[in-house]
Amino acid sequence: MIISKEYMQSVIAQGKRIDGRKFDEYRNIEIEYGISPKSSEGSARVKIGNTEVLAGVKMELGTPFPDKPDEGSIMVNVELIPMASPLFESGPPSIDAIELARVTDRGIRESKALDFKKLCVVEGEKVWLVFIDIYPINADGNMFDACYLATLAAIKDASFPILEDGKIDYKTKGKEKLPLTKLPISCTVWKVGNEFIVDPLHEEEEAADARISIVFMDDGRICAMQKGGSEALKPEEIFKMVDIAEEKTNEVRRHFK
Amino acid sequence: MKYAKRNDGRKFDEPRQMKAEVGVIKNAVGSAKFQIGKTIAIAAVYGPNDVFPKFLQKPDRAILRCSYNMMAFSGSGERVRPGTNRRGKEIGMVMEKAFENVLDLSEFPKAAIDVFVELPQTDAGTRCAGICAASLALADAGFEMKDLVCAVSCGLVGDQVVVDLDKSEEDFEGGAVDIPIAMTPRNGEVTLLQLDGEISKEELKKAIEFGREACLKIYEVQKEALKAKYKEAKE
Repeated sequence: MIISKEYMQSVIAQGKRIDGRKFDEYRNIEIEYGISPKSSEGSARVKIGNTEVLAGVKMELGTPFPDKPDEGSIMVNVELIPMASPLFESGPPSIDAIELARVTDRGIRESKALDFKKLCVVEGEKVWLVFIDIYPINADGNMFDACYLATLAAIKDASFPILEDGKIDYKTKGKEKLPLTKLPISCTVWKVGNEFIVDPLHEEEEAADARISIVFMDDGRICAMQKGGSEALKPEEIFKMVDIAEEKTNEVRRHFK
Repeated sequence: MKYAKRNDGRKFDEPRQMKAEVGVIKNAVGSAKFQIGKTIAIAAVYGPNDVFPKFLQKPDRAILRCSYNMMAFSGSGERVRPGTNRRGKEIGMVMEKAFENVLDLSEFPKAAIDVFVELPQTDAGTRCAGICAASLALADAGFEMKDLVCAVSCGLVGDQVVVDLDKSEEDFEGGAVDIPIAMTPRNGEVTLLQLDGEISKEELKKAIEFGREACLKIYEVQKEALKAKYKEAKE
């Protein structure tokens, strides 16, 4: 589908969306756990409309950061593989992939949703490193929320590998789940002309001026934000976007309960 | 070393359970998912595309580019480092060879057809599962093909000829020989053959015979998957 930016902007200016949704309406969200149960410590597939993302958790032992000797750590990596869209190319991670990974990483890290202290094995020496790798396999808009939700779902699905005499036995799957104590949810709100929309199609993203990704905790506090796009936003616009995100994250959180 | 009974209780000439589905990636021109045992392969086809740099263009035909990648969380041991590696490149190349003869590339001079294979979970036999998925994706995309391509690994576990080895069999302490083989099932021609390990001529013959029979089973699964898409559309 090739739709010009100008046409898409004019449709939204008339108060409509190309697929008939309301401005604050998500496409259908589907979460499937354990898509790679033999290999990974935890995995999930998240679909938002035609956008589909796979995420998996692998765990390794490593040394803690000197300033946090009793905490494990996470590392989020996004691979925008050419399978997912004719616009993605193979090669080293593009700036888009890096931003997606870092925004997702921050949402999980800053919310302390994962109890990092419980990832400590020997203080100052050995901690669990949680690698989360995200692969969109069909990119059709709203990659920020899709990658974030897939990450959260993969962590929710994950269990510790068995540890024997300081060595990891990857073959036997452990029963102990990763300590995911909260459910921070991200929602990205996009500004197109004078309107605000959520869960854009790829063509709507192309027509947008600015976006903010906001991560809300269960208790209504915000734990991460990231503005994108070249257009500036007025403070009252930002507050409006935050309100939209709060309402939407409460809705999306229900999929995890 | 004796290998009297298979770890998962299969017969020696019995491939693992298979599942196939086409049209799993909406953005792609053609796509498919192929699962054999616990190994899962997803393939997407894009093209015909422009070729850059231009000196790579072939004046009389399209070039076929296959890429093979294991997702970082797909190995049952440590995390697989993402990005290109020599193994992946080689497998991509042998996959290209497995299809070049089957596709009518002269239909699209100067263009490229791109095939991407990704594996979310692996339990041996990944390149074969990748080829099965890629074959379905190419057919789903509507490229003219002489036949589908079916692939399976056969070989030796201990002293026993088997088909479709899983990881526990590949790692068998008494040694294992892995022979990935791809065929166009209607005429029984082999488009890919590799071999790692020591095997006698008789055993090789038997292994390839096992492989051929398994390919015919895969062929049925593939055909069903392609038909299923159109059945759905009709309803």
